[in-house]
Amino acid sequence: MLDLGPHASFIIAAYAVTLVAVAALAFFIVEDDRKQRRILAELERKGIRRRSAAPKPTPGKPKSKRKTGA
Amino acid sequence: MISLANPTRFLGLVDRVVPWLTAVTLILLGLGLYLSLFVAPPDYQQGETVKIMFIHVPSAWLAMFGYMLIAVAALGTLIWRHPLADVAAKTAAPIGATFTFVALVTGSLWGKPMWGTYWVWDARLTSVLILFLLYLGLIALWQSIEEPGRAGRAAAILALVGAVNVPIIHYSVVWWNTLHQPASVFRMGGPSIDPALLTPLFVMAIAFTLLFVLLHLIAMRAEILRRRVLALQQTQVERAALVEA
Repeated sequence: MLDLGPHASFIIAAYAVTLVAVAALAFFIVEDDRKQRRILAELERKGIRRRSAAPKPTPGKPKSKRKTGA
Repeated sequence: MISLANPTRFLGLVDRVVPWLTAVTLILLGLGLYLSLFVAPPDYQQGETVKIMFIHVPSAWLAMFGYMLIAVAALGTLIWRHPLADVAAKTAAPIGATFTFVALVTGSLWGKPMWGTYWVWDARLTSVLILFLLYLGLIALWQSIEEPGRAGRAAAILALVGAVNVPIIHYSVVWWNTLHQPASVFRMGGPSIDPALLTPLFVMAIAFTLLFVLLHLIAMRAEILRRRVLALQQTQVERAALVEA
């Protein structure tokens, strides 16, 4: 058994506070990351994509010509 | 390095690095805790309370490291308008604030048995408390301005003004008479701590630093995705408005 001497309560409290604070921080960060991925995946499933992430035209298929006039 | 300025490439790198970094961080944290709690001998003056040093000192280093990271990122936001600079600064603030909080609380819990008090308004403790308040101020500023670009520029200015506090924290034990001991690791003439205590301290410092980097990378990824989500939702609203018109 770990013998922490007469000031054991201070040592245990210090480690406990560190554990709780860091674990809570890690939990919120990882949860936020998951939440954003979920929302983005949901939007992409609905067909809402960034222009750069939109599917590229298939090779061989003619590109649509840009209108030059009214 | 320049290619990492592209958020998409940065996200790819984060996806590859995070699993490995998680494994290394957990192994080093486990080793550090084992060395700190079961191997490190008691100090001849402080007894077993020296074990608090293994979490207090790395947290205090990271409190300052986090703020310096924000200050450098602030330069990136204001001067180079780097696309990831504001994301890096914004996401470092809660992590830095947490480590500052841990440094304050563990320092207080170490101070009571050693100094006979939880708190004194001396230069070191007060300047670290100011650092914590600066972190909270930055977080509040980012939360209170909706447009990320404007929030980033305002926070960058506050971060650079507050950066003057970091050297004050570091040199406070030299410039003023404080209860806090002077630097005992990074000092002229080498560390004054016995290697039996220095080894666990270094392992814990590396583990905590990797933990900071790991959490920062994940938080940056989440922030980049949040901004993409906001942009897509805005596009969706604009499209809906066009259809209605």
